[in-house]
Amino acid sequence: MSAAAARTLRIVAPIAVAIVVLAAWQWLVTIHDVPAYLVPSPARIAQTLWQDRVLLVDSLGVTLSIALTALALAIVAGVAIALLFAQSRLVEASLFPYAILLQVTPIVAIAPLIIIWVKDTRVALMLCAVVVAVFPIISNTTLGLRSVDPGLLDFFRMSRATRWQTLTRLRIPSALPYFFAGLRIAGGLALIGAVVAEFIAGTGGNGAGLAYQILLAGIQLNIPRLFAALVLITLAGVAIYLAIGALARMALERWHESELPGAD
Amino acid sequence: MSAAAPVVAVHAVAKTYADGTRALAPVDLIIRAGEFVTLLGPSGCGKTTLLRIVADLLAPTQGQVTWWGDARVPAADPERRLAMVFQSPTLMPWARVAANVRLPLDLAHVAPADAANAVSDALAGVGLASFADRYPRELSGGMQMRVSIARALATAPSLLLMDEPFGALDEFTRHKLDADLAALWLARRLTVLFVTHSIQEAVFLSTRVVVMAARPGRVIADVAIPEAHPRGSAFRGSATFAALCEDLSTRVARAATGDRTSDVIQASP
Repeated sequence: MSAAAARTLRIVAPIAVAIVVLAAWQWLVTIHDVPAYLVPSPARIAQTLWQDRVLLVDSLGVTLSIALTALALAIVAGVAIALLFAQSRLVEASLFPYAILLQVTPIVAIAPLIIIWVKDTRVALMLCAVVVAVFPIISNTTLGLRSVDPGLLDFFRMSRATRWQTLTRLRIPSALPYFFAGLRIAGGLALIGAVVAEFIAGTGGNGAGLAYQILLAGIQLNIPRLFAALVLITLAGVAIYLAIGALARMALERWHESELPGAD
Repeated sequence: MSAAAPVVAVHAVAKTYADGTRALAPVDLIIRAGEFVTLLGPSGCGKTTLLRIVADLLAPTQGQVTWWGDARVPAADPERRLAMVFQSPTLMPWARVAANVRLPLDLAHVAPADAANAVSDALAGVGLASFADRYPRELSGGMQMRVSIARALATAPSLLLMDEPFGALDEFTRHKLDADLAALWLARRLTVLFVTHSIQEAVFLSTRVVVMAARPGRVIADVAIPEAHPRGSAFRGSATFAALCEDLSTRVARAATGDRTSDVIQASP
């Protein structure tokens, strides 16, 4: 199969699956006459999306801005911590267990505390999302900074490279593929963190995100709107994933196996 | 330190690893300017260990190494520089060929114009002038090794250390690179310490072959290869070549069977 055909297949095949599933869904809901407050049909969801577009797009903006700010903070903090860990085994051995602690503690358990401690709800939600998203960046980048070709490391030593030169010219480029693998995971997690934290906070009003719309729609039995909000969250997650993928491709496609043309 | 001090003098150097492995029994080795010395021996004879000690990448357990009569590798003396070519090309996959060759110059903060000249000169020297803008993955194994050699040559090293650089290549490519390396050595008046387990390669390239044996790693013979340079491919087919290979292979075999009577250092026939 040619590269172009393979690329087309990767786009067309999932879309075909979506069309089949949506058509079956529509058909089943219609022939069984399922009420919209139980399972709305895809057509009904699309209609709701359009009718409530102002409300939903506003909320989407809130959720996305929290998730993306959190992701940016997680990148900065995660890379900084990974660089610290890469400086010495002692530092890594002393602190890595606490990074794991951050990872294994469920966000639903710490979110209430963060929401109580931090006055500004938006900041609190963002911090929750950072807590969830930062770990894959820390662990992958640390691994990458250590995964250096030993021969190249010897070459740098023989060339009397400084610690700084070895870091910027060898360790950081070597870590890039690992960093992007971590970023792909972190992107989805930042969104999940933002949504979960808002569920717990349960605050509405002007700055309400999609989670609040889902919560409210559930209470009001406005199931079509609940689905519509869900669709937007899913699409946002997919968009973040694709954007990170494109970024990774731009950074790595010229040299790394994972992004070479025909790597699939 | 006198002007006549050898490039490298290894005096009673031994290496025992932390797990108790005796990689190297006390070994002596002198390398003088302009020589092409090859460490030849089977796997585990400590030849790579010895090379890494000479490269100052590994500290010996006992004994002493001097570089140009000095107990330390001179830090920033352009006349006294080491460079190494490793078993694999060890290129930076994210950098183009030219940037890879320029790496040691960048690390030493060489002025950009001088560096650019040195890079194009080194690439021309290994016949890859037209590949400067390629990425390493776009090149064959043999070409990647040439880039690695160009990178070492870019600093105009006073001593070039090579650790089985062509071991992973097919025989045709290897013969070609051997011939090119010999030409470079002659043209640039290099001093080379080369490691290999190929007897033919050692004989073809070297002015002197130091034969090593394993368990523990030690030097069992130091054989001069008197054939004049440049050596063409006719040398490979000559009776002299065959006799030298035969002699070296007998010494290696005898050492392997534990016959220590061959431990006499002597000149070749």
